[in-house]
Amino acid sequence: MSRIHITGGHLIDPANNVDVVTDLWVADDKIQAIGDAPDGFTADQTINAAQQIVCPGLIDLSARTREPGQEHKATIASETSAAAKAGITTLVCPPDTQPAIDSPAIVELIHLKSREAGMSRLHMLGALTCNLGGELISEMLSLKDAGVVGMSNANQPVPNSLILRRAFEYAATHDLTVFIRPDDHGLSNNGCVHEGALASRLGLPGIPEAAETVAVARHLELIEQTGVRAHFSQLTTSRAANMIARARHDGLPVTADVAVHHLYLTDIDIRDYNSACHLNPPLRSERDRDGLRDAIKHGTIDAICSDHQPHEPDAKQAPLPDTEPGLSGIDTLLPLVTRLADEKLLSLSDAIDRVTRLPASILGLEQGHLGIGASADICIFDPKASWAVSADTLNSAGHNTPFLGWEMHGRATHTLVNGQLIFSKDHD
Amino acid sequence: MSSVKTQAQPTQPVKLRPGNIQLDQQGKLRHFLAIEGLPKTVLTQILDTAESFTASDEKKFELLKGHTIANLFFEPSTRTRTTFELAAKRLSADVLNINISASSSSKGETLLDMLRNLEAMHVDMFVVRHGSSGAAHFIANHVPKHVSVLNAGDGSHEHPTQAMLDMFTIRQHKPDFPSLRVAIVGDLMHSRVARSQIHALNTLGVGELRVIAPKTLLPVGIEKMGVQVYQDIEAGIKDVDVVIMLRLQRERMHGAFIPSEHEYFKLYGMTEARLALAKPDAIIMHPGPINRGVEMDSAVADGSHSVILQQVSNGIAVRMAAMAMAMRNPDGSSAS
Repeated sequence: MSRIHITGGHLIDPANNVDVVTDLWVADDKIQAIGDAPDGFTADQTINAAQQIVCPGLIDLSARTREPGQEHKATIASETSAAAKAGITTLVCPPDTQPAIDSPAIVELIHLKSREAGMSRLHMLGALTCNLGGELISEMLSLKDAGVVGMSNANQPVPNSLILRRAFEYAATHDLTVFIRPDDHGLSNNGCVHEGALASRLGLPGIPEAAETVAVARHLELIEQTGVRAHFSQLTTSRAANMIARARHDGLPVTADVAVHHLYLTDIDIRDYNSACHLNPPLRSERDRDGLRDAIKHGTIDAICSDHQPHEPDAKQAPLPDTEPGLSGIDTLLPLVTRLADEKLLSLSDAIDRVTRLPASILGLEQGHLGIGASADICIFDPKASWAVSADTLNSAGHNTPFLGWEMHGRATHTLVNGQLIFSKDHD
Repeated sequence: MSSVKTQAQPTQPVKLRPGNIQLDQQGKLRHFLAIEGLPKTVLTQILDTAESFTASDEKKFELLKGHTIANLFFEPSTRTRTTFELAAKRLSADVLNINISASSSSKGETLLDMLRNLEAMHVDMFVVRHGSSGAAHFIANHVPKHVSVLNAGDGSHEHPTQAMLDMFTIRQHKPDFPSLRVAIVGDLMHSRVARSQIHALNTLGVGELRVIAPKTLLPVGIEKMGVQVYQDIEAGIKDVDVVIMLRLQRERMHGAFIPSEHEYFKLYGMTEARLALAKPDAIIMHPGPINRGVEMDSAVADGSHSVILQQVSNGIAVRMAAMAMAMRNPDGSSAS
């Protein structure tokens, strides 16, 4: 076990209200001390964090590694390694792998692969219904015992409300959180971009705002009835955010996240049939983007994730409707989140809170803070490091990002998981 | 000619395609992908060039001798493909017809692989019809500088040559666009022809442009494209100079977008009685093929106001014009 002394860094630990330049002492997987060295502590390794931010490792609520099933796009090894280099210490993988995460065997396989990779932690959401088919409730208790952190039907529908109600009741029975990506498939109707003036001009099939809001309304009713603990994933519309705010005001303990790119991009970015902006859920209007920013600012939306969906180049090389949706987001999560502080939407501490303490609390994980005794999942980053997004600077196997060419500020220099240094820019 | 009051300017549309890939550095037509983004001068030049072909006694021109044009049709089409083929032949180009059925394109060969293969056969121009919106743009972004692309219809996006032959037909009968009131009737939601027509009519400065359809067949935000929206055909057609009927695809009838052909005809079908509400000298157009008794009565389709057959014959001259203007030399310069 290595004993690490992190010296002179600017420690930001939102959970403990810490925002100060200090030293951190790590041993036996845990934070041993903050400030002065514990008695008799001799470090094997010292990390000079002067001019850098030291914060809890980032926790990404939605990142697909594409394994098992689509290893030509990316693998557990490639993406957990990219995560480590991006300061993300925990990834949460939705259940739509191939095969879907609906049996303990798949959970074990993914755990095994991620242990072999030895990089960032990889957690899983189990399939709410067998094979995500929306018809049969999955073996939630077995999946929970195997280690899933929640249940989800990913982007697949559960058309029958009775089945959805029973799935919620069963999840509640086992104290499992249900993660919901709200989408009424009838209304989204194989659309590929936000329904609006731009989609109409480009002749692209639209996904109306109501595809999200109708689904949110339906799920809220069943959440209230069944008492299940629920989290809404990747909201894209201002109206849906308002619905969540109202439900919370009425006492329903639901949480929500947004994918960070929805705080920056809109459907206008598709204008030239830019397939890098072909996303699911889709980029929405400027009004929606501004509404989501308000919801983040006021805390209606708790957490921020990358909604990482890496692809091989061919997947994006076709007329837009024929391309595969999704962007590769692991590499840009940290700088896009800290940019919200640069733009004065949030304080830096609050911005970090949205990708550390809050996702940890949604998942029921012990990580996400750096108090004494906490598990030492640490991100050290240089807030001033400026880098341009390009194929050369991306670590994910997927280079499908609409942020290509953007100038980013902030890059991880060291990442620790469970007290182990898994990434150091000095050795990269 | 009565004067038509010019509309208040529509909301400024989103500026698309900042570096216009349809024009070369001299402002000449490079690719013909969409009406949107082309200036009035280019549209007028297409019309004038087409007119010079129809005015000539010659039937065959040597303009594109030695050039090869490939008709790349990913969707079945007889009429459009035939007129493109005829246009190419009248310009003395060599023509290659390639029909790609869904099955052969799903064999794993990507669209880009296919293009590379065709380029290796020294094709100078692709005429592309594809079921996906943006397909012609995608191809134009991936061809070398001496190859140009003509869009023969992409998804629900645009069908620019069809719109230009409609403009040509309108100009033959009513040359003063600013004085015209035009109505487009039918399935605007799915129609690439309608989108091209709307851009063309607005670019050519038409006095008033109306669209008439039930809400299920109107795309969201269409009013931002510079049109007045009507649900009631009697109100919409009143005093118009030009009526453009759109085709309603079979699969969109029977409950999907409208309850039945019968009810559609009752609400939006063009009859002599309805046409009588338009100006006495109004012309009526249809891109074909017509569903008689659904979009219009036979009496209207074959009546004295109909210019539908002229549209078909004008299609060849307009496509010749677009081909001649967009064709490139091996060094990428304009061949016209």
